Amino acid sequence: MAFLELSNLHKAFGPTTAVENFDLDVQRGEFVSFLGPSGCGKTTTMRMVAGFETPTQGSIKIDNAEITGVPPNKRNVGMVFQSYALFPHMSVSDNIAFGLKIARKPASEIHQRVSDMLALIKMQALGNRYPHQLSGGQQQRVALARAIAIRPQVLLLDEPLSALDAKIRLELRNEIRAIQQQLGITTIYVTHDQEEAMSLSDRVVVMCEGRMEQVGTPFEIYNFPRTAFVASFVGTLNVLHGTLQEAAGDRVLIEGLPPGAMIRLARTLPGGRAGEGVIVNLRPEAVQIGSPATHDPTPVEHDNVLPAVIEQITFLGSVVRVKLRVGTQHLLADLFNNPSLVLPKLGEKVTIRFSPDACRIL
Amino acid sequence: MAVKKLNPTTLFAWVILILCAAYLIVPLLTQFDYSLRMRRDVLSFDAYTSVLSTNPDDNGQGIPRFYTSLLFSTLMAFFTILVSILIIVPTAYWVNYRVPKFKPVMDFFTVLPFAIPGIVLTFGYLRTYSAQPFALTNTEVGTAVILIGGYTIGVMPYTYRAVDTGLRAIDVRTLTEAARSLGAGWGDIILRVILPNLRVAVLSASLLTFAIAIGEYTLANFLFPDERAFGSYMAAVGRNRIFEPAALTIISYALVWVCVLVIQRVARGTDQTQAASIR
Amino acid sequence: MQVTLDHPPAPALPIRRVSLAWVGVLPFLLFAFIFLLFPSLTILTNSFRDRQGAFTLDNLSGIFTPSILQSYGVSIQISLVTAILGAGLGALLAWAITIGGLPRAIRGWVITFCSVAANFGGIPLAFAFITLLGRTGALTKFLRDGIGIDLYNNGFSIYTVAGLTLAYLYFQFPLMVLIMVPAFDGLRREWREAAANLGGSTLDFWRHVGIPILLPSFLGSTVLLFGNAFGAFATAEALTGSKVDVITRVISRQIRGDVLYNPGLSYALALGMIVILAISITLYVWLQRRTARWLR
Repeated sequence: MAFLELSNLHKAFGPTTAVENFDLDVQRGEFVSFLGPSGCGKTTTMRMVAGFETPTQGSIKIDNAEITGVPPNKRNVGMVFQSYALFPHMSVSDNIAFGLKIARKPASEIHQRVSDMLALIKMQALGNRYPHQLSGGQQQRVALARAIAIRPQVLLLDEPLSALDAKIRLELRNEIRAIQQQLGITTIYVTHDQEEAMSLSDRVVVMCEGRMEQVGTPFEIYNFPRTAFVASFVGTLNVLHGTLQEAAGDRVLIEGLPPGAMIRLARTLPGGRAGEGVIVNLRPEAVQIGSPATHDPTPVEHDNVLPAVIEQITFLGSVVRVKLRVGTQHLLADLFNNPSLVLPKLGEKVTIRFSPDACRIL
Repeated sequence: MAVKKLNPTTLFAWVILILCAAYLIVPLLTQFDYSLRMRRDVLSFDAYTSVLSTNPDDNGQGIPRFYTSLLFSTLMAFFTILVSILIIVPTAYWVNYRVPKFKPVMDFFTVLPFAIPGIVLTFGYLRTYSAQPFALTNTEVGTAVILIGGYTIGVMPYTYRAVDTGLRAIDVRTLTEAARSLGAGWGDIILRVILPNLRVAVLSASLLTFAIAIGEYTLANFLFPDERAFGSYMAAVGRNRIFEPAALTIISYALVWVCVLVIQRVARGTDQTQAASIR
Repeated sequence: MQVTLDHPPAPALPIRRVSLAWVGVLPFLLFAFIFLLFPSLTILTNSFRDRQGAFTLDNLSGIFTPSILQSYGVSIQISLVTAILGAGLGALLAWAITIGGLPRAIRGWVITFCSVAANFGGIPLAFAFITLLGRTGALTKFLRDGIGIDLYNNGFSIYTVAGLTLAYLYFQFPLMVLIMVPAFDGLRREWREAAANLGGSTLDFWRHVGIPILLPSFLGSTVLLFGNAFGAFATAEALTGSKVDVITRVISRQIRGDVLYNPGLSYALALGMIVILAISITLYVWLQRRTARWLR
């Protein structure tokens, strides 16, 4: 039995449906991200778990207990808000102690827990500071400590890092994950940043327009996207238009290229008709570049090979991103940086190779 | 907001609303009703026509004092606005852009008028400026100068706050530097760059000044004992007549209403809740 | 009056540039001096001068006569009562239209009405209340003939302290509403949610978060209301006249040339008012600063 069960959740605001058909089982101690663009329903779903929105349909269970009708202050679900929501008139220690004070815990226990929390977020000396005296990153840490102090069953984080600088975001991200793993709290993390979701989560739920597009581990989501939306939202994606050569076949002629330049797919398309338009998706790192003059990777049997022209080279640090023209279409290829790399020149004619396995039809 | 629950909290809110609404509206309703009862046994607008076309307090001839006094107060308001703009806008701009250290001083000055209410200010002006060596009250223009100065000081907290808010909404520093790099002098900057962006603030402050000026009694009455201001006129009518004062009340209330509505329409979306009292 | 610098002076020394910039605020300072500071200074200095111009404290001690103390007392009493009642009622109405759950459309109307009411005072207000609750007022008649409560036979009169209080409230509580609505708006929704999330009930929220945060603003506004009523003149003059001798009326009589046994006393009276109001304004500013510090 899963620890957190979201069953058939629906939420409508008048005529607009914000969330529909949301089903998810989260295991105890698991870190799950809800990933998607603005308006996809991820925050609404989380707020239903917190109790700030009532589902129009469906149920929520924590540890086998139904909590759908339970008011938010009785759920023991901790939430970290995007804007931190620290109480401005209370010190850091008082903020962290708030939930415990409300629960009328004994003073000694409160004192101990607050010290533990301050140590956890590495702000032991700042207990007497006030929120307006702290940086954004510090405030977010306090917000986290405050939510965890009540030992919640489930921890909810609503885009906690989006208001912070890139560098702080990176640091805090890792800290959050470390704390979560250390304490083993079941966690739901809402974000629109796919890198964040992928690097932190045990599983990712990709959402679009209120629906779940796909649920899986970061590896699964990235490498085996089930819909075009997931494929394009997570990571970069190449899109090639072509036509299917034979009915239910596996050969595709890429638009704009001479008839000889056909590519093979990994599998045949049983339902496909001859001449039907097909969209082939391809990750940039799957594309290898071979130049007659300078760079020739070891040829692999059954690889697809196409002629291409170098249009742009962007140095991104660990990756070199090359933009190529294939016929009338464009393709991105990512090469690992390597000081001994000899980069092709702009306008140079090259060949590109990619395995049929790397091709996705969505 | 999907469902409107009628829980005890909302019920309580409604009770408060109705109570306060009654407090604010009932006196006006009775006043309005009263203003319609000048002709015996019949509802009519006689009180209004009397006020708008005659001089009810002394049956005099000539232009009804309603208009002359309203004109006078409006004129005073106009000059107050002018002086406010000439003095406060450049100062607010300068403090925002060039001498931010002066801000606390400005904050002090915008709070000071609250410590010196109208009657005390009037007392101060008359004792200071009507005697030698100033003797300002010996001439009409001199007296008007005091009135305008007093009004400007009176609305200064609101005018300054409105202008300051308006200035902070635009990036004064960058705009000024852009203008200067394009060759503008200070006059140009104020006239062409700053003032156009302060339209809302200036308009709000102006309307507020007008609303205050037409109701103001204290300073206007003591400086112009011939009762030429609108506030004095209302007091004069109130001394001798019964129904016309009610009509004047409704008219002045309506005028303030119009000012407030225009301010709200113009300031929609900005953070301008103006509050001033004539007392 | 114009800002006169055409271009900043050639920067010979950094010091000179800064000091010249201050010229820009000179027009304002001059204006404030003429129309605010100098008259106040006159009041201050003349409070300590006797007929011959020598220094004396007699004027100040002259304040402590029964009739004058009573005037101050009445003014302070009315101001306190209307400040507290106005603050309470105004805060409740501000709550009602922000967090209280009333429809959004009502909020706009209430703010409009309050903006007008806060500006509606003096002569017209006095007229309105006489028409309402005077001896032959509409509400008086209604209570007597319709419900059987005869106000005037039971000792009530609009021409008393009580009547003036009622009239003052008309602009006091709307003023409070206008000041408190932004304060209630400033209570972020996330704080309520965070409080609930951490186990707090609505009562817990108000007790630990809502009221503590709003308190400085509330108290500061109450003080402002006090000052507002204390300095009011026209309404008192028009409504109750000599029946309620507030201190502003006493001062107004000095302007009209009422000869007190001690002309310096009139200055002292004005100074007294300024001192009381200065204290309240200082209190107000201090309280406002406490709020601002938290809600950055």
